[in-house]
Amino acid sequence: MHAINYESPSTLDQAVKFMAAHGEKARAMSGGSDLIIQMRAAVRRPEYVVDLKKIPELRQISFSVQHGLKLGAAVPAIEIHENADMRKYYPGLTEAAHLIGSLQIQSRASVGGNLCNGSPAADTIPALIAVGAKCRVLGPKGERIVAAEDFCTGPGRTVLAPDEILVEFQIPGPAPHSSDAYQRFIPRNEMDIAVVGVGASITLDLGEDRCTAARIGLGAVGPTPIFAKEASAALVGKKLDAGTIEKAAQAAIAASSPIDDMRGTAEFRRHLVGVLTRRVVTLAAERARMATSR
Amino acid sequence: MAKKTVVETTINGETVEFLCEPRESLLEVLRDELELTGSKEGCLTGDCGACTVVVDGRPTCSCLVLAVEANGKKIDTIEGLARPEGLHVLQQKFLEHAALQCGICTPGVLMSAKALLDRTPNPTEAEIRYALAGNLCRCTGYDKIVRAVVDAAKTLSSARAA
Repeated sequence: MHAINYESPSTLDQAVKFMAAHGEKARAMSGGSDLIIQMRAAVRRPEYVVDLKKIPELRQISFSVQHGLKLGAAVPAIEIHENADMRKYYPGLTEAAHLIGSLQIQSRASVGGNLCNGSPAADTIPALIAVGAKCRVLGPKGERIVAAEDFCTGPGRTVLAPDEILVEFQIPGPAPHSSDAYQRFIPRNEMDIAVVGVGASITLDLGEDRCTAARIGLGAVGPTPIFAKEASAALVGKKLDAGTIEKAAQAAIAASSPIDDMRGTAEFRRHLVGVLTRRVVTLAAERARMATSR
Repeated sequence: MAKKTVVETTINGETVEFLCEPRESLLEVLRDELELTGSKEGCLTGDCGACTVVVDGRPTCSCLVLAVEANGKKIDTIEGLARPEGLHVLQQKFLEHAALQCGICTPGVLMSAKALLDRTPNPTEAEIRYALAGNLCRCTGYDKIVRAVVDAAKTLSSARAA
């Protein structure tokens, strides 16, 4: 690895000041499970590595039913899985984080890092899209909020300016009878990069037996993760029977633009989008039904 | 060249101080500086798990930790697994079940297995396989590894119950 300088700010202010001074030559580090590999391969050669893990706002999991979730960008995936509120109220986002790599990787890798690395196949991004996550970005010029589905702009590229950092995710509180789910297809049991990943969040009106809100996110089937708007809309106001779910699955396929690569053909991926959309919508709906009143 | 930093950490229960450049990984320092060569370099990309150590109770690929980050942390390596009295139950079971051949993956597997049993004393086979998913083995086909961990869990449980 090339020689680096290591900075470890303990407050947001310190981090922002540092990035303002050295932004172009610096790269933020959370778990380092992408950055360290990239530096070894000389794909990235920052002069300064700014370790954000000492900043409290980036390490918090702050949740209440009324106010929703503030998830720090640098929380290791394993901590999300260990958190009872995360498992109960955001099982889809939690299972997405718990699918990243191995347990060793999850001790380090964070959802924030997963998003900022900008891989179209990132596991947590479809789940973030599904729960309507908003990303709080901070820089010397101030703060801005970016919707998860707008964060990535191309493979490995995001909306972050060189002097900006991602602080946290702001996720709405769970409505009664809502839940989420994430599934991916990989050829092995664990450790692979998603061939296709789909996340869904469903809210039900149990009395009317109808879906009142739905969001579907797709991963690994385009240059960025995708918010499948039409597929999501196809579920709203409807009873979630096989026919409705099938319409959403077809709309999700139409929203995807996969390529042939070593992990799969475009045709296979389109097929998987349909399969996984059906599965996660069904699973999220089941979980939503079971979600007791809060 | 970036300034070297002093890092103070606890390794296998002992306070250890070392000097390192920011670009050095924990794995490099363990092996080259501290001569704890039990942790192995297999891939340097966090895929094989041969470098697995336990940091603050969590299994971690030491190749993906910068050594400077170890400051103030509690690290357990394979060298700390055996007791003065003898091998850890896990190591004993690995021998009994022939859960190793060349042995290069074994330190990493043992550390992952130890971390698992510390958290989940009675894991199912599925939980064991999931916990060991980040440790690749080219020799054994994993079957004997899983049997050894199952057996170790049973033995440790009865010892606790006794």
